[in-house]
Amino acid sequence: MSLPYTQEMLDSVKKVEATRAARMQTELRRMTADEKDDVLQKFHPDYKMDGFEILQMGPNKGEKAPAELAALLQGKSRLDGKEISLQNPDYDVDVLVIGGGGAGSSAAVEAHAAGAKVMIVTKLRLGDANTMMAEGGIQAADKENDSPAQHYLDAMGGGHFTNVPELLQKLVTEGPSAVNWLDHLGVMFDKDENGRMITTHGGGTSRKRMHAAKDYSGADIMRTLRDEVLNRQIPVVDFTAVVELVKDSEGKAAGAVLMNMETKEVYVARAKTVIIATGGAGRMHYQGFPTSNHYGATADGLVLAYRAGARLLYQDTLQYHPTGVAFPAQIFGALVTEKVRSMGAQFVNREGEAYMHPLETRDVSAASVIRECRERGKGVQTPLGQGVWLDSPMIDEIHGKGMLEKRLPGMLRMFGKYDIDMREVPILIYPTLHYQNGGIRISADGMTDVENLYVAGEAVGGIHGRNRLMGNSLLDIIVFGRSAGQHAAAKAKSVEVKDLTIDFVKEFEHEEEEAGIHSSILSPQLLPDYRPEGMKTI
Amino acid sequence: MSSELVTVYLFGKKYQVPSSLTIMEAMEYCGYQLVRGCGCRNGFCGACATIYRIEGDSELKGCLACQTKVEDKMYVATLPFFPLVKKVYDIEKIKPDMQIMMQLYPEIYSCIGCNACTKACTQELNVMQYIAYAQRGEFEKCAEESFDCVMCGVCSSRCPAGISHPQVAELARRLYGKYIQPESEHLVNRVSEIENGDFVKMMEDIMGKPIEEMKELYNNREIEK
Repeated sequence: MSLPYTQEMLDSVKKVEATRAARMQTELRRMTADEKDDVLQKFHPDYKMDGFEILQMGPNKGEKAPAELAALLQGKSRLDGKEISLQNPDYDVDVLVIGGGGAGSSAAVEAHAAGAKVMIVTKLRLGDANTMMAEGGIQAADKENDSPAQHYLDAMGGGHFTNVPELLQKLVTEGPSAVNWLDHLGVMFDKDENGRMITTHGGGTSRKRMHAAKDYSGADIMRTLRDEVLNRQIPVVDFTAVVELVKDSEGKAAGAVLMNMETKEVYVARAKTVIIATGGAGRMHYQGFPTSNHYGATADGLVLAYRAGARLLYQDTLQYHPTGVAFPAQIFGALVTEKVRSMGAQFVNREGEAYMHPLETRDVSAASVIRECRERGKGVQTPLGQGVWLDSPMIDEIHGKGMLEKRLPGMLRMFGKYDIDMREVPILIYPTLHYQNGGIRISADGMTDVENLYVAGEAVGGIHGRNRLMGNSLLDIIVFGRSAGQHAAAKAKSVEVKDLTIDFVKEFEHEEEEAGIHSSILSPQLLPDYRPEGMKTI
Repeated sequence: MSSELVTVYLFGKKYQVPSSLTIMEAMEYCGYQLVRGCGCRNGFCGACATIYRIEGDSELKGCLACQTKVEDKMYVATLPFFPLVKKVYDIEKIKPDMQIMMQLYPEIYSCIGCNACTKACTQELNVMQYIAYAQRGEFEKCAEESFDCVMCGVCSSRCPAGISHPQVAELARRLYGKYIQPESEHLVNRVSEIENGDFVKMMEDIMGKPIEEMKELYNNREIEK
């Protein structure tokens, strides 16, 4: 066992250690609104115009989107003109849920509880989702000094006042009942001996309302929801992707074309209502960033919905988590939970200076890390770039020995595998592509512009405006997942599906031609490809 | 980062790969486009359970391919699926007592104490110990001891008694979370206050404010210490 840090890193660690005692005595100043605007404009990737393209066609024509996403939105259907017989569907259900993460599972459980015949289709396994990797926690205004209105104000400010008001209202108002639902399903929330939830701050919160299950919050929620889906014996068609939605002759969503990821066999599912719960887009690696996301995060739902005529909202805003792993290379881009900062660890530069308050919002923090490295030249050199320190040994100094291990076992294990004991030495971080702030536009009942097509979870746009606060994503997958399941089940009762059609795909391709787009890029992407570039195959 | 090459055997086939790679990265480096056996790529989901042996070493080891660096002369077989037994139950109707384990997972009482599960665990958990807690109906201890389980199933692949350890632990955690941990009074109260409409006025007030006024409120809000 030897610490794998380079000599330059070790020299810098000495400076970090030398200033630690003094830093712990000082209350760091928070930035003013103007200072925040300044650092965002100059250093946040969302403001870097060459990473974006203007959409030439479709419901959001004339708006910008990340270049990699624009290529898929204006890409070519995987059906590629092949005739698909829609006459005798392989599956016939009330509610079809696309995606097996936290939002999809919540939706399926509620639709099932409402008596609907529901089915989940997922391109990997049930639970292979960003939910599984959410470490830090879930917000809900359930303490005496807190209120849904206070939560609303925090999230609105964090989102730069661009959140869709009625969606945010729903999120914060139904927050406590969402946590209560999970609590009664058996999620192991951190509680004291009297049952009071142990809650902490997240970046940008004004009240301590972050509930956690150690640093496996999302994993424990996902394990529990998966178990509940299986207990209810809801059919799960795994390793099967949706390659196109299906509509009926009245233009309403009415199912999907599915593809077995391994055998490539194609199936048709007919449904009275459809819920897209396909999650985020980290594996698109926008602007070349590494990502904290799971393997299947390729924005599939946005592509499917866009082709079917649903409008997107804030598709041009991404969240770069300020603390991705910068070193070692094997876990480059992996998430270091914000809880490390909630528990007191500061951002410290190469010279041992704590250059900002550790709990600014994620976009401001990420931009400030980039500024420290690029403009101020105070980053620490790593084999893959640069990083700044997150002074993790502060945690045990503040809360007492053993607390880091108790509250952050996942983080301790992740670095420990590479001989880095984060209780003893600080860790190196740099922003990583973490979350798709925008997505498909919905009304408060979860429905898109396409009738009978619902969305829940990270594929939704608007709840968080242009920047999401920590802990509001685990909350939104539960609140909006449950709600979509309930509404889709209720709506299904009055739906009579007419003849199935995928003619809208041809119409979309026709519109592409008229816009002068002749793409050969097949979409949705389904999975990233990490094989070596230029590998010769036949 | 070292860029020296090591020899690995992926499903028995020999490849040369840089020693700095994880097993998962090595598979991709060799040209595999993964579908199975790859999930979160960050050690949380258990999709990439893997069994390996280093040439000349008798010990068979379990690991997650995304979290483990390649070694020279490493023989690798991934275990992307293992037939764990998951029993169906109604969480609202069961009770946190020993009977439920006897009823749903009676094979845990056939444990012969070989400790192969613990040795194989990719998370370095004391698996045999948490099964012992489950046998005795000590669900809190079982839940805590198993908490970091990613349900990869390597333990079960090594078990002569046919125990599905991750599913036993999942049941114990849900029983503990639902029935044994004390109820959160403040949470239950808040839910009924909201249902009662106690916060409607406050919400309407804030939603009705012009943006400039809301910004003012936000920038000057009091932050709990």
